Amino acid sequence: MSERTKPLFLARQSYRRRRLIDACRLVPLFGALVMLIPLLWTEPGSGSLAVRGLFLFAAWGLLVVLSAGLARLLAITPEGSGRGAEAADRQVTPGGGDVL
Amino acid sequence: MSFDIVVGISLAYVLVLFVVAFAAERRARRGRLGWLRSPLVYTLSLSIYCTAWTFYGAVGYAVRSGLEFLTIYLGPTLLMVGWWWLLRKLVRIGRNQRITSIADLISSRYGKSASLGGLVTGIAVLGTTPYIALQLQSVTLSFGVFADTPVGWDTPDQWLVTAWVAIGLTVFTVLFGTRNLDANERHHGVVTAIAVEAVVKLVALLAVGVFVVWGIAGGIGETMARIDASPISQVPVDGSRWFTLIFLSGAAFLCLPRMFQVMVVENDDERHLSTASWAFPLYLAAINIFVLPIAVIGLDLLPAGSNPDLFVLTVPLAMNQDWLAMLVFLGGFSAATSMVIVAAIALSTMVSNHVVIPIWMWVRRGLGGAPGDVRGLVLMSRRLSIAAVLALGYFYHQVSGGGAALAAMGLISFCGVVQVLPALVGGLFWRGATRIGALAGTICGFAVWVYCLLLPSIGADVVMSAEMLANGPGGIGWLTPQALFGVPGLDPVVHCILWSMLINTLVFCVGSLASFPGPLERLQGAQFVNVFEDGANPRGWNEGAVESEDLLVMAQRILGAREAQNLFLEEARAQGKGGYLPDNTPDFLERLERELSGSVGAAAAHAMVEQIMTGSSVSVRDLMALADETAQIMEYSSQLEAKSRELERTARQLRLANEKLTALSVQKDAFLSQISHELRTPMTSIRAFSEILMSGEALSPDEQAHYSGVIHDEALRLTRLLDALLDLSVLEDGRAQLAEQDAVLRDLIDRAILSTTSLSSNTVFEIRRDEPSEKIVLRTDVDRLSQVFINLVANARKYCDAEKPRLDIRVSRAQGELTIDFVDNGSGIPAASQQLIFEKFARLSTASAVDGAGLGLAICREIMVRLGGSVAYLPGQGGAAFRVSLPVAEAVRAA
Repeated sequence: MSERTKPLFLARQSYRRRRLIDACRLVPLFGALVMLIPLLWTEPGSGSLAVRGLFLFAAWGLLVVLSAGLARLLAITPEGSGRGAEAADRQVTPGGGDVL
Repeated sequence: MSFDIVVGISLAYVLVLFVVAFAAERRARRGRLGWLRSPLVYTLSLSIYCTAWTFYGAVGYAVRSGLEFLTIYLGPTLLMVGWWWLLRKLVRIGRNQRITSIADLISSRYGKSASLGGLVTGIAVLGTTPYIALQLQSVTLSFGVFADTPVGWDTPDQWLVTAWVAIGLTVFTVLFGTRNLDANERHHGVVTAIAVEAVVKLVALLAVGVFVVWGIAGGIGETMARIDASPISQVPVDGSRWFTLIFLSGAAFLCLPRMFQVMVVENDDERHLSTASWAFPLYLAAINIFVLPIAVIGLDLLPAGSNPDLFVLTVPLAMNQDWLAMLVFLGGFSAATSMVIVAAIALSTMVSNHVVIPIWMWVRRGLGGAPGDVRGLVLMSRRLSIAAVLALGYFYHQVSGGGAALAAMGLISFCGVVQVLPALVGGLFWRGATRIGALAGTICGFAVWVYCLLLPSIGADVVMSAEMLANGPGGIGWLTPQALFGVPGLDPVVHCILWSMLINTLVFCVGSLASFPGPLERLQGAQFVNVFEDGANPRGWNEGAVESEDLLVMAQRILGAREAQNLFLEEARAQGKGGYLPDNTPDFLERLERELSGSVGAAAAHAMVEQIMTGSSVSVRDLMALADETAQIMEYSSQLEAKSRELERTARQLRLANEKLTALSVQKDAFLSQISHELRTPMTSIRAFSEILMSGEALSPDEQAHYSGVIHDEALRLTRLLDALLDLSVLEDGRAQLAEQDAVLRDLIDRAILSTTSLSSNTVFEIRRDEPSEKIVLRTDVDRLSQVFINLVANARKYCDAEKPRLDIRVSRAQGELTIDFVDNGSGIPAASQQLIFEKFARLSTASAVDGAGLGLAICREIMVRLGGSVAYLPGQGGAAFRVSLPVAEAVRAA
């Protein structure tokens, strides 16, 4: 099938938006890493439960702040010409459409 | 606080909820949606994830397992902050395809498969029923706390309360959940009520938390000290459970029917998801932040043996904070009821669309005709399903008897529901996922769940014997339900998730790879996976001569008369037509199907439109038949192609043969003129000289002798010519007798050279030969072979045009064959003539000066064929070269 001609480089705005989306995708990975830290706490009574609880909630809060900030930025960054977000998505799954 | 006041306040609260729902519904119907559609309401509606299990159970969970209770909320948190990965796509697909439930999503993805829809519905009902029972129990228990004797509550009273709660919930859900038939339309009343309840439960938990931290413990520092001093701090984190539960809760967040309902079906605007991506994790964090302090203080404050699941309620009561306790009670009530309401709506939609309608359609099929009044049927089946789901929960509660067994069901239901995950996620991201794979994977995962977790959890000797639980069925160790494949020592939940997910995913992948999807399945798969690619909807209907009226009749039955008429009117107007009947453009049919699928599910809607369209549309079956035909035509045309290629080959051969024949004919003509010339020349001289002799003139004896000599010579020449022709004709007819005898090859060549010496006496003709190699005894017809040799040598002598003519005679033996090459150094024979020289009468024009009838090589060839060998022209030797081959069996003995 015909490959639609995609620009190789993007305008500044679309570029910015795509990097924001990249950041959006990275947040849960970062979150997963942090939330797996308790796997190290398997020794009974080896540390303060209260501090550990606070740590988890602090990480939780950080995720919320990051996520909120990115959502806000995404909302105010215009999609650029045409199908910015969709184009970004298409780029991540190259050729995902036409075969099969 | 007296029990009556509690009941009164609860009833008042329920009334408020009814009013809120009713007001929201009215507002929505007037089109003034406003804040009803705000992302805040959407986020709050997601909070039905936090059921009574969270509200009361989280504290109990914390008392038993420390920080582990957080995992249940960390999974959804990670999923929400990672909305760009998965949820965004899910919501977009849900909106594009007018999905009504998770069963509908999976059924639609895999070619609107009724079997998958039914399977997912079954799993959902099985996984949700204990959960509904759990909610009913929590309400009953919390009522019991306010009753005089919390523990020794009369069982009949308890049952009565539970029954009344169940009935009340049924009424509310039926009233606000089945108001409109279109399950895909938002239930603004329900969602608003749920949002209010979400606020109530959050406020209640925060209030208790603040009271505990600042009212009882005396500040953050003190609270932290008490946490560290409590027995909870000695509970270690179980690594495998921590990891598994985060995964499990995240997966359940996706797969739970009620979560799908609020997140995808009730979603008004995709942008709400981006707000919820941070607001919902914030809500979860807020609702959990005081769980640990409440657990610790509860342990300190209340007598040993108190139910930690009720600490949220019993701690304020113990401190005589009745109104706080009342707020907590309402919070717990909210948590329980909101979950039950949404779960009942989701399940009833699924049961109605994927069990009742397909069965009804199947029954109707025998009767034929267009679908009858579906509207009433769907509404009724949905209402009955709601009642049935709640009744099921109620009876489950009564049968299981409540208690700890029920509390453990929370995680067990999660494990069952997430068996849908591979089919769901695979369907969203992998176009190769097929119905067979999804069915097989889900069934296998489900079976593992039943075998490894559900049945053992009921207890030993109920379904499975203790012996079987310990040693496997019939002593087969690796089939032990809680230690499959000889991996013992795992936590049951971790064990079940590990094996069920592994087997489920594996079977799903293998099944998908090995099977071939149907056309509709492939179209749907492409639409789901590439939902962000814009482009025309490819599954469209063909424009045809369908009666719009039929469609309108059907749509009225399903959507309701006014809605259907509005839809048709709107479409007609958009097409620039008056009246109620738009043209049946593919776009319109597709839109209609989507609208219908909002009411009865994609599979049923497709089937219904198909039923009406059968006369005129191209159905999938037609398409497949068409494809078959096309394949046949292609095969036929490829056969034709092959045949035409064969014909071409034959034609080419014929053309070649024809060319050869033409050339031969030309040769024959040439020969005839040659032979007549050859015959006439001697005849002319004979006649002339015999006339002289006959004239009786005085001739000298010398003259007489000369003339009669000439006549004699010419007669001899004629005889030779006639002999040659006769010879050839004899050879060709196969009448020639071979007289085999032994001879030495060298002698034969000697004889050939000797008998041709006279031909070129005027020039020096050099003959080079290797005599030792010629010492070979042959058993053959010596005279015939000599004739060939003589002919070849004579040809060389006659036609070699080199200044110093030379002939090489080379003898060699290889591969069972004796070859004798005669190679001269002349200009050879042009390639064009090489094909012809062995034909009869062939004479190269350049050599016409030399006498001979052009029969020599033809005779040679015939002789060699008779002798079992061959003679051929050998190109590329620098001159004319002929190769005589004889089978070596004829030349065994060396001399």
